[in-house]
Amino acid sequence: MSTPYTRYATGAPVADTKAPEGPIDQRWTRRRFEAKLVNPANRRKHTVIVVGTGLAGGSAGATLAEAGYHVVQFCYQDSPRRAHSVAAQGGINAAKNYRNDGDSVYRLFYDTVKGGDFRSRESGVHRLAEISTAIIDQCVAQGVPFAREYGGLLDTRSFGGVQVSRTFYARGQTGQQLLLGAYQALSRQIAAGNVEMHPRTEMLDLLVIDGRARGIVARDLLTGRVDTYVADAVVLATGGYGNVFHLSTNAKNSNATAIWRAHRRGAYFANPCFTQIHPTCIPRSGDHQSKLTLMSESLRNDGRVWVPKAPGDARTPQDIPEDERDYYLERLYPSFGNLVPRDIASRAAKNVCDEGRGVGPGGQGVYLDFADALARMGRAAVEEKYGNLFEMYARITAEDPWTRPMRIYPAIHYTMGGLWVDYDLMTTVPGLFAVGEANFSDHGANRLGASALMQGLADGYFVLPATLGDYLARHPHNDRTDPGENHPALHEATRAVTDRLHTLLSTGGDRTPESFHRELGALLWDHCGMSRTEEGLRKALERIPELRAEFWQRVRVPGSGQALNQSLEKANRVADHLELAELMCLDALHRTESCGGHFREESRTADGEAARRDEEFGYVAAWEFTGAGRAPVLHPEALHFAHVHPTQRSYT
Amino acid sequence: MNLTLRIWRQPGADAPGEMVTYEVDGISPDMSFLEMLDTLNERLTARGEEPVAFDHDCREGICGACGMVINGRAHGPERTTACQLHMRHFADGDTVDIEPWRAAAFPVVRDLVVDRSALDRVVGAGGYITAPTGSAPEAHATAVPKPAADAAFAHAECIGCGACVAACPNGSAMLFTSAKVNHLGALPQGAPERESRVLGMVEQMDAEGFGGCTLAGECATACPKGIPMPSIAAMNREYLRAAARR
Amino acid sequence: MPECFPTFVAMATATRTPPSPTTPQTAPGTTPRTTPPRRPRRGGLLRTLWGSTIGKKAVMAVSGLVMLAYLVAHMLGNLKVFFGPDDMNGYAHWLRTLGEPVLHHGWFLWVVRVVLLTAVVLHGVCAWQLSRRDLAARPVGYRHRRHRASYATRTMRWGGIILALFLVWHLLDLTTGTVNPRGQAGHPYENIVAGFGTWYTNVIYCVAMLAVGLHVQHGFWGAAQTLGVTRPGLARLCKGGSTVLAVVLTAGFLSVPLGVMTGLVE
Repeated sequence: MSTPYTRYATGAPVADTKAPEGPIDQRWTRRRFEAKLVNPANRRKHTVIVVGTGLAGGSAGATLAEAGYHVVQFCYQDSPRRAHSVAAQGGINAAKNYRNDGDSVYRLFYDTVKGGDFRSRESGVHRLAEISTAIIDQCVAQGVPFAREYGGLLDTRSFGGVQVSRTFYARGQTGQQLLLGAYQALSRQIAAGNVEMHPRTEMLDLLVIDGRARGIVARDLLTGRVDTYVADAVVLATGGYGNVFHLSTNAKNSNATAIWRAHRRGAYFANPCFTQIHPTCIPRSGDHQSKLTLMSESLRNDGRVWVPKAPGDARTPQDIPEDERDYYLERLYPSFGNLVPRDIASRAAKNVCDEGRGVGPGGQGVYLDFADALARMGRAAVEEKYGNLFEMYARITAEDPWTRPMRIYPAIHYTMGGLWVDYDLMTTVPGLFAVGEANFSDHGANRLGASALMQGLADGYFVLPATLGDYLARHPHNDRTDPGENHPALHEATRAVTDRLHTLLSTGGDRTPESFHRELGALLWDHCGMSRTEEGLRKALERIPELRAEFWQRVRVPGSGQALNQSLEKANRVADHLELAELMCLDALHRTESCGGHFREESRTADGEAARRDEEFGYVAAWEFTGAGRAPVLHPEALHFAHVHPTQRSYT
Repeated sequence: MNLTLRIWRQPGADAPGEMVTYEVDGISPDMSFLEMLDTLNERLTARGEEPVAFDHDCREGICGACGMVINGRAHGPERTTACQLHMRHFADGDTVDIEPWRAAAFPVVRDLVVDRSALDRVVGAGGYITAPTGSAPEAHATAVPKPAADAAFAHAECIGCGACVAACPNGSAMLFTSAKVNHLGALPQGAPERESRVLGMVEQMDAEGFGGCTLAGECATACPKGIPMPSIAAMNREYLRAAARR
Repeated sequence: MPECFPTFVAMATATRTPPSPTTPQTAPGTTPRTTPPRRPRRGGLLRTLWGSTIGKKAVMAVSGLVMLAYLVAHMLGNLKVFFGPDDMNGYAHWLRTLGEPVLHHGWFLWVVRVVLLTAVVLHGVCAWQLSRRDLAARPVGYRHRRHRASYATRTMRWGGIILALFLVWHLLDLTTGTVNPRGQAGHPYENIVAGFGTWYTNVIYCVAMLAVGLHVQHGFWGAAQTLGVTRPGLARLCKGGSTVLAVVLTAGFLSVPLGVMTGLVE
C-alpha cells in the first residue's frame, strides 16, 4: 500500500524561470522583446486549442485567431457567450488615474500584492497593473458600454476598500458587457473561419505526448461522441473550482474537470486551499438550494450588520430594541466598521452564527440593516444607489428589504489557487497554458474586488498571445513530429475516458450524483471553509476517501452515454471534485499559518486576528500528482518581495 | 406545495416527443422553478428514470442558458428568467405545462433543450466592432455622450436566451437582432461598420429560418431584460438606410 | 466493450489533426490576410429589399400606405352620395375629366388604377410570401394555449384575404356592374342605391368595412414601425392616428349603406 495521503513528500522547489530580472517596470517589455516570434506566414500552420470561452478564453481565442493561428475552441455551454464571467457584477480595475486621485500602475501593483496577503509574485502582479490600462482601451474600442459621465468620459467608482477610484463599470453587469465584447470578437473570428468553435463539448482529458501537451480528449455533450483533438499547444481557460463546495456563487455547471485532468497528467496544482468567501450573499432557504446568489459588496457602504445579542432570539428584527442588538463589526473593528475586508467580515458572521445568534432559517444569516441609511439619505437616494439589489433580494426571498433588514451570509465565490504557471502562463507540462481563474497567479491568498475581470482579460488579450508565440517558435510545426491518428497515447486517453464514463453508467447504485456533491460540499464548508483547524481538516481527509469509494460503489446514473445526459456530465464532474477536495484539505492542513482567505484557528494574533508566518510559509505550494488517493509531492516556490514589504494586516 | 407537471419529453432530436405528466409533492414556495425541476429530477434519478433535460447555468438570470415555456409563456408568468422565477408564484394543486422553445430555427435537442446556435451565427454575421487586440486608441480619445452610452447599454443587456423567438408567433429573432444592432449603432465606435452590420445580420437572420415581424409585441413582453419594441423599428430604419446607401 | 458505448471504439480513432498548411506563401513581413469578413449579398436597393424580410415588410408598408391614401379619398368621395344624384354623378364624371387637357379623358382614373393594381399585387405577394415564411418559422405550437396579441394583429392575414375577396366583388358590383341589380354605367348614384337595396350586398359590404377598420388599425401603425418611426412622440401619434383612421374610414364607408337602408339616400 502507498503512504497515507497526509504523509506527503517535499520535492525539489519549483522556480519561475521565465520572469526576467531587472527593474520591475521593464520586465514585461524585456520578456516580450526576448520572446521568439513566429513568422506570420507560419502561424496558420499552428493549431492552438483553447478550452473555455470566458473572459480569459474568449479574449485569448479571438486574439490568437487575429494573429493568424488556427484556433480550435471548446465550451460546455451551448454558446460561448454564456461562460460564467457573464455573472461578474462590480467592475474592472485599471490604473488610468482619470480621477487624478493619486492612482498609478505602481499603486495598483502595490494594492494587489498587499491585498493578496503577500502570496503572489511581484513580477506578475506588476505586469497585470501595467496591462490594466490597455484593457480599458481595448474594451471601449469593442463597444463595451461602460458607465459615463455627462461630459462623455468614463466614470469610475471605488471598490474593495482601496483608497482610489479606479473601478470601471457597466451598471451591475460589468462581467456581462466585457464578456460580450470578447464573445463578439470571437464570433467574428468564428465567422471568418479562423476559429473552429465546438460548443457543448467538454474536455475530459489532456493528451501529453513526448512530454508536451498535444491536445485534448473531449466529449460532444449532444451525441456522446468522444474525440481526440490534436494541436501544437493547449490553453485552459476553464475557470475556478469553487463548485467543489457544491453551494457557491459559481454557475451550476462550472467544474474542475479540465484543470484536474491536467493536474493528473503532470501539471502542478498551486495553493488549492486559497478560496475566497464573499460576505454578502443571500442565505440559503432550504436543502433544495442549488446555488447561492451574490449581492454587490457595495451594500456594506451604507448598511449596518447586526445580530441579536441573545442567542436564539426569534423575534422579528423590527421588534428587537436597539440595546439588544449587537453591531458586531462596528464593535470589533471600530475604525473600519462594516467595511472590513471580505475575509474578516465573512469570518465574523460565521462566529456569531456559531454562537447561536444567527437569524433566519437554520440560523445561518445576519442582518444587513438600511434603517439608518434610509433615515439619513431618504428612500430616493437609497433606491438610486441600490434599487436593483433591493429588487433582486425581494424577488428571491419574498421579503421587503425596505421595511425589514436584509439577511446575508457568506458564500464561496472565487478560488485564488489553480494550476501553477510560470511568468509565461505555462504550466509544468510544456505546451499547456492556463489563463484566468484556472491558474493561480496574481491574487495571492486573497483577491481584491474588480481584479478578476482585469486578470482574465490581461491574460487573454495581452499576456498569452505574446508568450504562446515564444513557445510555438521554439517548437516549430513539423508534420514528422505530429502524432498520427494511431498514436497509442490517443487510444490510451480515449479508452480511459470512455471506461470511466462506462463505469459511471453501469454502477447502478442507489445514490444520485447530486447527493454526493451535496455531502462533499457540506464537509468542505464545515472543515475547509471560512476557518480551518487541524482537527477538522484531518476529519475531512478521513471522510473524503470514504465518500469517494462510496461514490464509485453507489452512484446511480440513468440513461446512456450516446445522447445528451446531464446526469452523466454531473457524475463525471463530481468524481473529480472528490479528488480535488482531498488536495484542498491537504494544502490547508499543511499551511499552518493564516493568510488571506485561508484562516487557521491555530494561527492567530493576540487579539484573535489572522497571523501570517512569512518565514515558514512565504512560498507558493505547488503540488504534484502521484496517483488517486496517493500522497502528492509538494514543490515550494519561494516568493521574494523587493518592492512591497510584507506587513501584518490590522483593521481594528 | 403539490403540483401536477406536464412536461415535454423527447429523447432525441429526431425522436417523437409527448407531454408526460408528473406529480411532485413537498415543493417549497422559496424554490426557484429550476430547483423545483431539480427536485423532480432527483426523484426520477433515484427511481432509475431519466431526468428531464433542461439548459441552465448561472441561475442568476444573466447567462441566458435557461429557457422554457411555462403555461404558454416564455420563462413563465413573471418578467424574469426561469431560474429567477420562484414557486411562490404558483398555487398548491396547480397544473403546470412546461414546453421547450418552439421555433424552426431552434430545433429541439432533447426534452426542454433546444439548439440556439442560430443566434450565435447572427452575431457572427456582423454583431461586433472590428477592433483587433492592440489596435485600440486611448479610451478617452472619443467621448461618448451619456445618453448614447445609456442607450447602448439598454440594448446590450440582452442575454441571448431566445425568449423573444419562443414567444413570437412567427418565430422571429427581430428583437434579438435589433438589440445588438442598436447597441453597437448607438456608439461612435460602431459607426464605421453601421451598414454592413445591419445588412449582414438581417441576411443571416433570414437565412437561419426565423420568421418576420408582424408587431405582435409578444417578444418585448417576454424579454426578461426589457428590450423594448421600438428597438425593432429602430433596426428597420437602420436597415432601410443601409440598403439605400449601399 | 460494453453495450452502451458501441460507437466509442470506432470513434476513438476519429482524430482531429491540424489542417494541412494550405495557405499560400506570402512575402515575408506581410501578415497573411485570413478569410475576409463575410460581405452581405451584393445587389441594388430593390434586390436587397425584395430579398429580405424587412425589405418585403417595407414594400408592404409603402404599398399599404398608397392604398390607404386612396381609401381616404374614396371614402370622402362616397360622402357625395348624401348630396343627391347630381352631386354624386357629377363628381364621378369629374374624375374622368381630371387632368384634361394634359391627360386624355379617363386617363387619370387609369393611372390611379395602375398604381393601385401594382400596390395590391405587391402587397398581396409580399403578404403571401411572408406569411408562408412566418408559418414555417413556427411549425409547432404550444400545447398550453392562451390569447396572444390584439385581435387586429391576429386577424391581419384573414382580414387581408377577406379584403381581397371583397375587392373582386366590389369591382364586379360598382365598376363593371356585373353583379349589381342595376349596373348602369355612368350612373353610380343609382347603382349604389340599387346595390344596397339587397340584403347580401349590405352584409358583404358591412363585414368588409369592419375588416378594413381592423386592418388599417394595425396596418398603419405597423407601416410606421416598419419604416422606422422611433421618436416616441411621433410613434404615439402614429399609434393614435391608426385608430382614428380606422374609425373614420369604417364609419365613413358604413354611412353609405346605412344611409340607403334608413332611407336617407334613395
